[in-house]
Amino acid sequence: MTDRTQNPERTDGTADAGTGAAPLLTLDRMSVRFRMRRGRYVAAVTDVSLALAPGECVALVGESGCGKSVLASALLGLLPENAETAGTAHLGELELLGAAEAELARRVRGRRVGLIPQSPAAHLTPVRTVRSQLQEVARELTGTRGKAALRAAAEEAAARAAFPADHLDRYPHELSGGLAQRAATALALVGGPPLLLADEPTTGLDRDLVERTVDELRRQVDDGHGLLMITHDLAAAERIADRVAVMYAGRIVELAAADAFFGAPGPRHPYARGLLDALPERGFTPIPGLPPELGALPPGCAFAPRCAHATDACAAVPALASGVACHHPVPAGTAPPHEPHRRHGPADAGEKQVPTQRTDKPGPPQRPESVDAR
Amino acid sequence: MPADSPPPLRLRAITAGYDRRVPVVRGVSLTLAPGEATGLLGPSGCGKSTLARVAALLHRPDAGEVLLDGEPVRGWRHRAPREQRTAFGVVFQQPRLAADPRLTLSALIGEPLRATGRRAEAQDRTGELAALVGLTPDLLARRPHEVSDGQLQRACLARALALRPRILVCDEMTAMLDASTTAALVAAVEDYRRASGAALLAVGHDRTLLERWCDRTVAWDELAPEAKPAPSG
Repeated sequence: MTDRTQNPERTDGTADAGTGAAPLLTLDRMSVRFRMRRGRYVAAVTDVSLALAPGECVALVGESGCGKSVLASALLGLLPENAETAGTAHLGELELLGAAEAELARRVRGRRVGLIPQSPAAHLTPVRTVRSQLQEVARELTGTRGKAALRAAAEEAAARAAFPADHLDRYPHELSGGLAQRAATALALVGGPPLLLADEPTTGLDRDLVERTVDELRRQVDDGHGLLMITHDLAAAERIADRVAVMYAGRIVELAAADAFFGAPGPRHPYARGLLDALPERGFTPIPGLPPELGALPPGCAFAPRCAHATDACAAVPALASGVACHHPVPAGTAPPHEPHRRHGPADAGEKQVPTQRTDKPGPPQRPESVDAR
Repeated sequence: MPADSPPPLRLRAITAGYDRRVPVVRGVSLTLAPGEATGLLGPSGCGKSTLARVAALLHRPDAGEVLLDGEPVRGWRHRAPREQRTAFGVVFQQPRLAADPRLTLSALIGEPLRATGRRAEAQDRTGELAALVGLTPDLLARRPHEVSDGQLQRACLARALALRPRILVCDEMTAMLDASTTAALVAAVEDYRRASGAALLAVGHDRTLLERWCDRTVAWDELAPEAKPAPSG
């Protein structure tokens, strides 16, 4: 278990995990954009700086389409042809964004970075048993030879991911969602990669399975793996993460220790507060409006059009400073809105014109007659 | 509404599945009261989605009876009379699988109107529905691959509301979505229900969500005490 604090001195967001260990992965102003027709660009990831230590889990959270998965693809060198990258992503001494495909294929994927995919059912080969897939990966990645040795390697990998040995001879379609997820995790662990990337590993699973999957991933972290978990499931992030990075429109807008983020001080960026306040156990109030298109980002702060606190200052892009990229961050120490209340009639108190059906603002608990809701 | 009016939907001793020898749902009964939001809570693989499909007249049960406003249902899917079929609006878990990739969002939302010979209304109604679910006009000209899951699910909800259903069935409507989009879609459903008095059957596995959303939440094992054990894993 790592120290769940970040280093406040490093204002660029590359705070190290506080373990003293050299970071496993260091992103420095990493950007990915896609070149489109007619000279247009889609800026999927912009200026992301982040460090991940061994034995640490950082959860990268945000709405769908905010650029989270592109970041994972970039780290594995799996971007399409029209992608352009900037900045650096160091895995130890190796720079991933500029690495040659041969280098990535022979030395990185599976060996130094393991991917735990979003839909394991689609990731596994449907026509072969789990055992045969584990053995193939063991043969390719670890050079294990011989029937008995391969069998042992497959069984060991399965055990590490809590995949039951008596299900090894089953085909992917014969597995439940939870077991398919464990099979995919076992495959990611075969090559003993120090860094694990999990891309929405819990989507579509029910609550019990989410918790089990997340606890199993956490065990890998406690065994010394570094885990970057991409998710939109805040409950899963709360359960597993040491730190939380909130992504909005391709940028990290808040980077905080998980217990501070989910606990008493709460998030400081209005977007992050809005996300938490949307949870059914909290305010159950959506953030007004829709996230911007990554191909047509507003100038300045991308969240300003949806933000109740926006002012003229928001015409400039805020830098990530002390873990938050906002011109009007909620002061540290303000209690988060956390009053459970039943939903009520439409509260039409929007002071900003946002194209949405609801204009409730995240903030203090609302009253049914919200004359002054803000 | 008078207390003795028949419930909008009553399921009586439903047995259903995909192989008569191994029914997924056995002898389950459930009643939706007028204007009531009922949450149906169960783990994945328990049969709750099959029951939701039976309730929405999309899957013919092997045994049991479905009563719509006290009237027994005799046909399922295309064999159901139009006024019974269109009493329901259904939203599924995976918007990608529920949306024709060739249609723009605007065509997708207006599809039920065109399918029932009300093409003339489609344009105005599409705009209204888009506003209700929080879709901006620029998104309506796009096709499913050009929008996010959350945006597509908003369009699928708008489509489900197009014919002003009296009963809404939401089967894991928000399982793929982030917290803010979830709250926005639930708010849109509730806005519609407040205006129309429609009943709701919300199927899901998230107890916190269903208890917050619905007037009452029933767990699957209360409905189906002799249900077969859920598949392992």
